[in-house]
Amino acid sequence: MTAPAPGPLADLRVVELQSEAGAFAGKLLADMGADVVTVEPPGGAATRDLPPFLDDEPHRERSLHFWHYNLNKRAVTLDWTTAAGRDLLLRLLDGADALLEAEGPGALAAHALDDDVLRADRPGLIHVSLTAFGRDGPRAHEQATDLTLLAGGGPAWSCGYDDHALPPVAGGGYQGYQTACHFAVMGLLTALLHRDAGGPGQRVDVNMHAANNVTTEAASVSWHVARATVGRQTGRHAAVQPTQPTIARCADGRWVNTGMPPRSGAQFRAVHDWLRELGLLDGFAEAALLEEGMKQGQLSFAEIRENDLLRAMFHAGRDAMSRIAGALDAYDFFTGAQERGFQCGVINAPEEIMADPHIAARGFPVEVEHPEVGRRIRYPGAPYRFGATPWAARRRAPLIGEDNEAVFGSLGLSAGEMASLRRSGVI
Amino acid sequence: MPARALSHVRICDFTGQLAGAGATRFLAAFGAQVIRVEDPVTEGRWDILRGAPPFADDRRGVEFGGQFQNHNVEKLGVTINLRTEAGKDLLRRLIAVSDVVAENFSAGVMDRLGFSYDAMRALRPDIVYVSNCGFGHTGPYARYKTWGPIVQAVSGLTFSSGLPGLPSAGWGYSYMDHTGGYYMAMAILMALHHRHVTGEGQWVDFSTVEAGVTLNGPALLDHAANGRPLRRAGMPHSNRGWPGRMAPHGIYPAAGDDAWIAIACRHDADWAALAAQVGEPWAEDAGLAGLAGRLAELDALDDRLAAWTARHDATALAARLRAAGIPATRVQTPQQRIEEDPASADWGLWPEVEHPLMGAVPVDGLPLRLSETDWEMTRGAPLLGQHNDVVFGGILGLDGAERDRLRAAGVI
Repeated sequence: MTAPAPGPLADLRVVELQSEAGAFAGKLLADMGADVVTVEPPGGAATRDLPPFLDDEPHRERSLHFWHYNLNKRAVTLDWTTAAGRDLLLRLLDGADALLEAEGPGALAAHALDDDVLRADRPGLIHVSLTAFGRDGPRAHEQATDLTLLAGGGPAWSCGYDDHALPPVAGGGYQGYQTACHFAVMGLLTALLHRDAGGPGQRVDVNMHAANNVTTEAASVSWHVARATVGRQTGRHAAVQPTQPTIARCADGRWVNTGMPPRSGAQFRAVHDWLRELGLLDGFAEAALLEEGMKQGQLSFAEIRENDLLRAMFHAGRDAMSRIAGALDAYDFFTGAQERGFQCGVINAPEEIMADPHIAARGFPVEVEHPEVGRRIRYPGAPYRFGATPWAARRRAPLIGEDNEAVFGSLGLSAGEMASLRRSGVI
Repeated sequence: MPARALSHVRICDFTGQLAGAGATRFLAAFGAQVIRVEDPVTEGRWDILRGAPPFADDRRGVEFGGQFQNHNVEKLGVTINLRTEAGKDLLRRLIAVSDVVAENFSAGVMDRLGFSYDAMRALRPDIVYVSNCGFGHTGPYARYKTWGPIVQAVSGLTFSSGLPGLPSAGWGYSYMDHTGGYYMAMAILMALHHRHVTGEGQWVDFSTVEAGVTLNGPALLDHAANGRPLRRAGMPHSNRGWPGRMAPHGIYPAAGDDAWIAIACRHDADWAALAAQVGEPWAEDAGLAGLAGRLAELDALDDRLAAWTARHDATALAARLRAAGIPATRVQTPQQRIEEDPASADWGLWPEVEHPLMGAVPVDGLPLRLSETDWEMTRGAPLLGQHNDVVFGGILGLDGAERDRLRAAGVI
C-alpha cells in the first residue's frame, strides 16, 4: 500500500517572509501540501511574541498564535537586509515557484529586491505582495491593523446592535487579515494555473483594505444599486429597513439563530405540531395565525412583503420558533428544528463546535504532536476533503531556524559557510 | 499561451446565492468560461437572489435582483430542464466538455438529478467536481440546511463577534457566504493544478462550517492547549482584540450621529503619540506609559478616551492620529468607502458593468491585481437563458433547428 498523496499542492515551493498579516496565506498553502519555507530574522520573527502562549508562559517557542498560523511550514532564519542575506534570499528564490510577503510598499525595493529584480532572472516566479492599501496610490503609506481594516473597509459598519448608542463591532479572530489572505491564495493559484498553461510568472498585488471592502455583501450592493444605507442590528443582517430579531435565548442560557421561519403550509404544520408536542400551544396568542398558515402553499418573500395577513402569519411563525427555543436547550433546539427541515443554528463558542459530533465524524479536528513540550494538541483541520489528495497535519509549526541546515544545505552551503553566516548574524 | 489567466478553463456552474456564485464570479473575472445552468421551469428561482432586493428602480422580477447581478458578472447563462431526458442528455454533453462542475446544493441533490460524481466521471474521466454545502456531504448533519448566518452561528464566528454582557453581535451580513465562495474558488484552482500535474480529476467535498471553524485559530488553541474557553466572564470583547495584546484598542464615539473612530495602539510608542494628541492630564499619567499599566486601568482608560474622541469629528481626528503614526480610521459608511475613499477610486475597486436590462451598474471589483493577466469586469449577470445559442450552438454544436425543437419542447 502506498502512502496517501500529500495534497494537491505537493509540487509547489513557496518562500514566505514571515508576517502577521500574511502568515495565514502561507498556512493555507502549506496545509494543502505546498513546501512553505517561512523566513524570519535571526532570533525569530515578532509574530512569535503574539499571545496566547502555552500555559500562559510568554516564550518565543510557545506562542499558540504562531503555532496556528504556521502549521506545516518549514522555517529558516535569514536577515535579507544584509548583503549576504539578500544573496541567500535570491538563491532561495531561484528554486521557488512563489514569494509571499507583506513587507509594505517599498520595503523590498529599499534592499534592491524590487519586483523587477526578482522576476528578471526568474520568469516563472509568482510574487504575491500583501499591502494595506496597495503597492502605490494615495493611501499606500498609511498604517493599518486588523481592527482598522475592519473599521475602514466596511465590515464593522454592518456589525453590532439594534441600539446605535453602542459602537459598531469588529468581529474577533483577525478576520481583516484573513480575508486578505484568502485573496492572496486565490491570486497565487490563479497565477499558477496561468503558468501551468504556458504563461509567465507574475506579480500578484493584494490590497487588504480593498479585500474587506468587497466582503460586505448587502452593504455595498445596496449602495451600488439603490444608494441605500444598511443599519446594524443585533445578531442578524444589517438592513435598510429594520427586520425582526432572529436570535433567541434558550432554556440553558445559550443562544440560537432561529433562521428562516415557516413559509409553507407544511412548515407551519411542522411548527404547530412541535409546539403541541412540547405543550406550548396553549397560551400561544398567535396559534390561530399558524393554523391559517397551514392552509397556504409555498409563500414567496414578495407575497409576504405585500400582504398584511401573510406577513402576520410569517411573524407568528418566527414567534413560535422563539417560543420553542425558550423551552429547550440550545443544542436540542438546533437539531430538533433541523430534523423538522428548518434552517437554524446553535450559536457555538469556538471551543464548542470543536467538540461537536458532526465534525468529529468527518475527522475535522486533528491532533498535532509537540514533542518539545510533550503535548498532543487538537487543531482545526482542513475544510475540504480532496478525494484524490487527502489532507494531513504533517508537522507542528517550526522552531526558530529549525530548517536552516536542510534548506541552506540544499542550496549547496557547507557547514563551515553556515557557521560563518551564523557568526555574522546573517542566519 | 492563453490570453487571460484562466481562459483555458470551462466550468459547468450550478452555483447560486453568494456562497457558490461568489466562487465562480472570481474565476470568470480572470477569464474562465463559466456557464451558469438554471432551471427554465422555476425561472432560476432556486437562487433566491434572482429577483430579490435591492432593486435599481420600479422594475421587479428575476432579471432585476441587485445582488444576483453583482454576484454573476462575466458569466454565461443557459437554461436546462433536468426533469426531461433530453435535458439530462444536454447536460451530459456539457459536462463532457467541461473541466469543472461546481455546485452549492444541499447534499444529495446532484445524486437525485442523476449526476453523482461517479456518473460525471463516466462522462469526463478527469472532471473536477467541487461541492459546497454547510455541513459537507458526510456526517450526522449532512442533511441539515444552512446559509451564511447559520454557518456563522454554528462555526463560532457569531459568538466571537460582540461586546461583554450582551448577546452576540455576530456578523451583520453573510460573511461566510463570501468566505465560503473564496474557499470554493481555492478548491477548484487547487484541484485543477493537481489535474495539470497528474492528469487526475477528483471530487472536493467542501464544508462552509468547517471553513468558519478554522477562522478562530488562536481561540481554538487557547482552549485546546490551555483549557481556556472563549465563553467566559467578560468575553468576548472583540473590539479590544486579543485580550492583553494592545491597549487602548477599540471603536470610540465621534461627534455627530452614529459616527465612530477605530484606534489601535500597537505598542507603547503608539500610546505615547496618542497621549500627546489627547494632551489632557489623565493621559500623561506615567502609570499608563507601559502596556501592563494601561491594561490594569483599561475600562477607565477606554471611558476617558471615548469622552475625548466624542468631541471630535471622526474624519479629521482619524487623519490627525494617522499623521502622528497611530493606526486610526473612521468607521466608514458604505457611501464613504464607495464614493469618498481615494484609495478605492485609485484602485478601480468599483467597476461598472453593462447589464442587458438594468444598464450600467457599479459592482464589487476584486482586491488584487495581476501584473500580466489581470481581471476584467464589463459584462453584467446573464439573463435567464441568454447564452443558450452561444453554448448549445457554439460549444455543443446543436444547429438552429435542434435548438428550436428543444425550446419548443420546454427543454431549454
